[in-house]
Amino acid sequence: MLLVPFVGAIACLFSDARAARTIALVATLIDLALGIVLWANYDIGGAQWQFVEHAPVFASFNWALGIDGIALMLIVLSVFLMPICIGASWNAITTRVGEYMAAFLFMEVLMIGVFAAQDLFLFYIFFEAGLIPMYLIIGVWGGDNRIYASYKFFLYTLFGSVLMLIAMLWMANEAGTTYIPALMAHDFPVDAQNWLWLAFFASFAVKMPMWPVHTWLPDAHVQAPTAGSVILAGVLLKMGGYGFIRFSLPMFPEASEHFAWLVYILSMVAVVLTSLIALVQHDMKKLIAYSSVAHMAIVTVGLFAFNVQGIEGGMIVMLSHGLVSGALFLCVGVIYDRLHTREISRYGGLAINMPQYALFFLLFTMASIGLPGTSGFVGEFLSLLGIYQVSSWVALVATTGIILGAGYMLYLYWRVAFGVQRNADAAAMPDLSVREWLMLGPIALAVLWMGIYPESFLAPMRADIHRLDARLARAAPEGDARLVLVEPTAATVVGEEHAPVGGEAAHPAPAPAAMHTAPEGAH
Amino acid sequence: MIEIIVFAPLLAAIVAGLGNRGLGNTVAKVVTTGALFLSCALSWPIFLGFLGGTAEPGVVPVLHWVQSGSLSFDWSLRVDTLTAIMLVVITSVSALVHLYSWGYMDEDPDQPRFFAYLSLFTFAMLMLVTANNLVQMFFGWEGVGLASYLLIGFWFRKPTANAAAIKAFVVNRVGDLGFMLGIFGLFLVFGTVSIPEILVAAPTAAGSSITFLGMRLSTLDILCFLLFIGAMGKSAQLGLHVWLPDAMEGPTPVSALIHAATMVTAGVFMVCRLSPLFELAPVASTIVTIIGAATCLFAATVGTTQWDIKRVIAYSTCSQLGYMFFAAGVGAYGAAMFHLFTHAFFKALLFLGAGSVIHAMHHEQDMRYYGNLRKEIPITFWAMMAGTLAITGVGILDVFGFAGFYSKDAILEAAYASGSEAGRTAFWLGAFAALLTSFYSWRLMFLTFWGRPRWALSEHIQHAVHHGHDDPDEANPPRQENSDMGEPHHVPSPDKGDGTAGYHPHESPWVMLIPLLILSVGAVFAGFVFHHQFIDSAAFWNGSIAYDEHLIHAMHDVPLWVKLTATIVMLVGLFIAWLGYLRDTSIPGKFADQLGPIYRFVYNKWYFDELYRLIFIRPAFWFGRQFWHAVDVGFIDRFGPNGVAELVDKGAYAAKRLQSGYLYSYALIMLLGLVAATSWFMVR
Repeated sequence: MLLVPFVGAIACLFSDARAARTIALVATLIDLALGIVLWANYDIGGAQWQFVEHAPVFASFNWALGIDGIALMLIVLSVFLMPICIGASWNAITTRVGEYMAAFLFMEVLMIGVFAAQDLFLFYIFFEAGLIPMYLIIGVWGGDNRIYASYKFFLYTLFGSVLMLIAMLWMANEAGTTYIPALMAHDFPVDAQNWLWLAFFASFAVKMPMWPVHTWLPDAHVQAPTAGSVILAGVLLKMGGYGFIRFSLPMFPEASEHFAWLVYILSMVAVVLTSLIALVQHDMKKLIAYSSVAHMAIVTVGLFAFNVQGIEGGMIVMLSHGLVSGALFLCVGVIYDRLHTREISRYGGLAINMPQYALFFLLFTMASIGLPGTSGFVGEFLSLLGIYQVSSWVALVATTGIILGAGYMLYLYWRVAFGVQRNADAAAMPDLSVREWLMLGPIALAVLWMGIYPESFLAPMRADIHRLDARLARAAPEGDARLVLVEPTAATVVGEEHAPVGGEAAHPAPAPAAMHTAPEGAH
Repeated sequence: MIEIIVFAPLLAAIVAGLGNRGLGNTVAKVVTTGALFLSCALSWPIFLGFLGGTAEPGVVPVLHWVQSGSLSFDWSLRVDTLTAIMLVVITSVSALVHLYSWGYMDEDPDQPRFFAYLSLFTFAMLMLVTANNLVQMFFGWEGVGLASYLLIGFWFRKPTANAAAIKAFVVNRVGDLGFMLGIFGLFLVFGTVSIPEILVAAPTAAGSSITFLGMRLSTLDILCFLLFIGAMGKSAQLGLHVWLPDAMEGPTPVSALIHAATMVTAGVFMVCRLSPLFELAPVASTIVTIIGAATCLFAATVGTTQWDIKRVIAYSTCSQLGYMFFAAGVGAYGAAMFHLFTHAFFKALLFLGAGSVIHAMHHEQDMRYYGNLRKEIPITFWAMMAGTLAITGVGILDVFGFAGFYSKDAILEAAYASGSEAGRTAFWLGAFAALLTSFYSWRLMFLTFWGRPRWALSEHIQHAVHHGHDDPDEANPPRQENSDMGEPHHVPSPDKGDGTAGYHPHESPWVMLIPLLILSVGAVFAGFVFHHQFIDSAAFWNGSIAYDEHLIHAMHDVPLWVKLTATIVMLVGLFIAWLGYLRDTSIPGKFADQLGPIYRFVYNKWYFDELYRLIFIRPAFWFGRQFWHAVDVGFIDRFGPNGVAELVDKGAYAAKRLQSGYLYSYALIMLLGLVAATSWFMVR
C-alpha cells in the first residue's frame, strides 16, 4: 500500500499534467482497493496487531508496521478520501500539476505510515514528514495569503513536535525499546508520566487542534486548495486524536487522568467559543474550519471520558468528521470552482438552480449538526454519553454544541442555498457534473451507512478499545468525580443490601459491564 | 404489516425526492399519497384490534444499530395500544393532508419536493411512535424536526420563512439538550436505553438520589424533568413555545399536519410512553402540571388578540397542548391521550378549513378583512363549524357531545379530582382557558363568516381584482402563500360600497373539501364513540401507559358543578364573542383602549421574542465577534505565532544566514536533528 502511491508520486514528478492526473487517480484507486481488501481480511477478534511487517534497519531502529482496528479504520478513511481529493483537483489545479499530484501521493504514503507505524521513531518521521507535503500544497497552490498561512501552520506544528521528540527519546531510553506495542504496556513512573504527557499533548493538541492552539487551522483551510482542505480536515486532524489513543492514554494512564480536567476545560471552551465564532464568519471555509475545532473538542472529551462509550464515540466522531467536513469542503469547492469566491454573501438561492447540490449540501449539513441517522449523531451521542458518566457539567456544556452547531450550520445553509438569488452569476451556475457526483455520492453513502449501521465500523475497533479501556481501568483507579447513586438515609431499609456495589445501587439485572471496568471513582 | 406502514412513506419520499422534477408532479403526488393511504388502511385494523381487545403488543426487530460496551440498541418497531392510537392519528391525518395538498399546492412549481417532505415527515413520526428504545425515539424526534424545518422553510425565498425554520430547529434543539441529557442519565442509572427495561426497573430507583451539576437531587425527578424539557421544546410549552406561531410561515397543510395534529403532540406522547417513570417522580409531575396549565392559559390569552387566522389557531394548539400536559401531570394519561386523539381531528380540520378560507380569500390571512363568508363558501363554513363546536366542547352531559366535550371535560375533572394543590390550580387555570378558548374560537368564526364583508381593504384582494389572477409577479416576495388557484373570478364590479370590492370568494375544489368532510365526521363523533375506552378502560390500555384506577373513580365522583364548568364557561365565552363581534363591534376596540398596556403586552405575545432576542441571540453574535477578533486574532495570534515571528525577525538577525526560509533547509535540519538524536541514543 505504501509502495503504490510512492511509485505513483515519483512517476508524477516526471510527467505532464494530463498523465499526472491519470497516474495519481489510478494509484489512489489501487490503494483504495487495497484498503478494502485490508478491511475485508482484517480478522475481527483475531490478534491485536495484524499485517505485521518487521525489518530492523540499524541498531534498535526498526521498520515496523502493523495495524489494529483503530488504525485500520483511519487508514480506510485516508485511502477513501484520497481519490476524491484527486478528483477535486482535476480541473482546479492548472499549474505544476505533476508536482501537486506527487505531493498528494507522498502525503498518502505518510498518512498510512503514521497509522501503521509500530516503531516510535518511524511514527515520528511519518508524523512530521506529513507536514512537508501539506506545507507545500498550501504554500504553492494556496490562495493569496498562502505564505502567512503555511508559515503559521508550520510554526505551530513544529513547536509541538520538538517537545514530542524529546519525550520520545526519554521514553526509548527508559523503556529500552522503541516498539510501540511494548511501550503501550510499559508502566512509566507516575512523576515522569506527567512531563511526557504534556510533551505529547503539546504536539497532539496542535494537530487536533484544541483551543487555544487552533488558530492555524482557519487560515490553513482558507488558503489551501479544496483538496488540501479535505485532507487536512479529513485525515491530518485525525492524527492528533490517533496520537491520544495510541500514546497518551495507554502509555500514561495516570497522567491522562491527572490532566483530564485540563482537557475537559479546553474542550468546553472550544465548543462554546469556536461555535460562537463560527456563527459570525463571512467566509464559508473559515466557518467550517471553526466548526471542526468544535467537533474535535467533542472527540477529546469522549477520549478522555475513560470508558468504552466515550472512546468509541470519539473514534466515530473522528471518522464521521473526516467524511462530513471533507464533504463540506468539497461542497464549498464545488461552488468556488464556479464563482471563485468563498464569501457567503455572494451566494444565495442555490437550491433553485442547483437542486442536486442543495440536496447533498443539506445532507452534510445535517450530518455535521448530528442528526440521528447520519454518522455525526452516533459519534456525538456516544461521546457525550461517555462524558456524562464522568461529569454532568462537562456533558452539559459540551452538549450545548448541538444547539450552537444547529445555529451556525443552518444559518450558513440559509445564506447559501435558500433565500433569493441575489447575484446573477451565482444564479447561472450549473448543477453538479458527473465528476462532482462521483466525489460527493460515495461520501453521502458512507455517511448514511455509518449513521444507520455503525456496527461495521465499531466492530473492528471493539476489541482494541476494550483493551484500552481495561488498561485505563487498571492504571487509573483514582477516577474522578463521577455521579454516585446513593440510597437516601430515609430509605436505607432497602438500600443497605445494595450499597456495597460501589454506590451504583439501582442497577437492574443486566448490569453494565463497562461501568464496572471503567474507573470506579473514589467513593 | 407494521413494516409496510412505517417504510412505505419513506420509500415514497425517496422516490418523490430523488425523482424531483424529473419525475413530474403527478407521479410524485400519486406515489406519496398512495403510500399514505396504504399505511392508513393498514393502521386502522391494528387500532380496531386493540380496541376490540384481540391484538397483542409486540416488537418487530429491524436492524441492529449500535453496540458500544454495555450500551446496545436496535432499530425496531413496537406496537401496543399507545402506538396504535398514534398510528391511526398520524396516517389518517397525513393521508388526508396529502390529498388536500393536491388542491392547495396545485400551482406550486416544487410539488415533488413538497410531497417528499410530507412523506418523510410521516416516516419520521412513525419511527418516533414505534420506538422501543429512547435513541430511536430521538431519531424520530429529530427526523420530524428536520421535516418541520424543511417544510416551514418550504418557500425558501421568503426571509421570514427561513428565519422561522431556523428558529424552530434551534429552539427544538434546546429541548433536545434536555432530552439527550435525560437519556444519558437514564443510561447511567439503569444501564440501558430500552424503554420497557427502564420502566420495569424504574421502581428500584425510586427514592434514590443523584448528583447533577453539583446538586444532589432525586434521581427520577431530575431525569423526568430533563426529558420533559425535550417535550417542552417539541410540544411548544411555555418558554420554548416561541417557534410554533412563527412556524405558520409554512404552507397551511403543513401547519395542519405537523404543527397541530402530530409532531407537536410528540412531547405528550413521550410523557405518556414513559408514564410509569413520571408516576414515580412527583416533583417532575408537578412541574409538568404547572407548565402545562401555564401554557394553556398563556397561549389562550394571546390567541384572543391575534388577527392572523392561522396564528389564532396556532396559539390555540399551544393552549390545547397545555391541557394535555397538565392532564399527564396529574396522572390522567388516558385523558391526555384522548385529548391528543380528538384534538388531532378537530385541529387538523380547523387548519385545513382555515387553509380553505385563505385559498378563497386570495391568500389574505388577516381576519379583519374577512366577513360574511358563510354564504360564499358554505361547505368550508360547516366544516369549520364542526371544528369549532368540537374545540369549544359543546355537548350535553350523558347525551351527546362533540369531540372536545369528552376529552376536555375528562381533563378538567381529572385535574380537580387529583386533589393536589397543583391539580386544583390547573383546574382553575384550565377552566379559565376554556372560557378564552370558546371566546377566541367564536371570535374567529364571527369575524370570518358573519358580519359585513370587509374585503375591500385587503391588499391581496385588491391585487386579485385589479391585476387579475394570472399575473405571476403579483405577490411582493415571489411565491408567498402560493398565489391564486386558477378558479376564474367573476368579472370585477365597480361597486365597492358593499365592502367586497367586487371580489367573489370561491369554494375550494373537491379534493380539498373531501378531507374537510372526513375530518368533520371525526370532530363530531370521535369523542362520543371512543371516550369509554380511552378514559375508563384499563383493559384497552393494556399496560401501555400508567393507568390510575383511583383517579378515574375520583373523576367520576367529582361534584356536578365541576362537570358543568366546561359547558358554562363555553357558553360565557360564546356570549362575550357574540356581544363583541356581532352585536356591537365597537366593544373590542374600546376594551383594548381601556386596557392599553395589558392589551399590548398580550398582543405582543408577552414579549417573549423580544426578550429572547435581547438575552440570547444578540449576545451570541456579539460574543462570536468578540471572541473572534479579540481572543483569536487579537490575543492568541498576536502573542502566539505572530509574536514569535516578530521576535524571530528582531532577534535573529545574526542567524539570518541560517534562516534561509526554504523549506528543504528546515526539513534538512529536522532530519539531521533526528539522526543526531537517534545516534546519540544508540551509541549510548
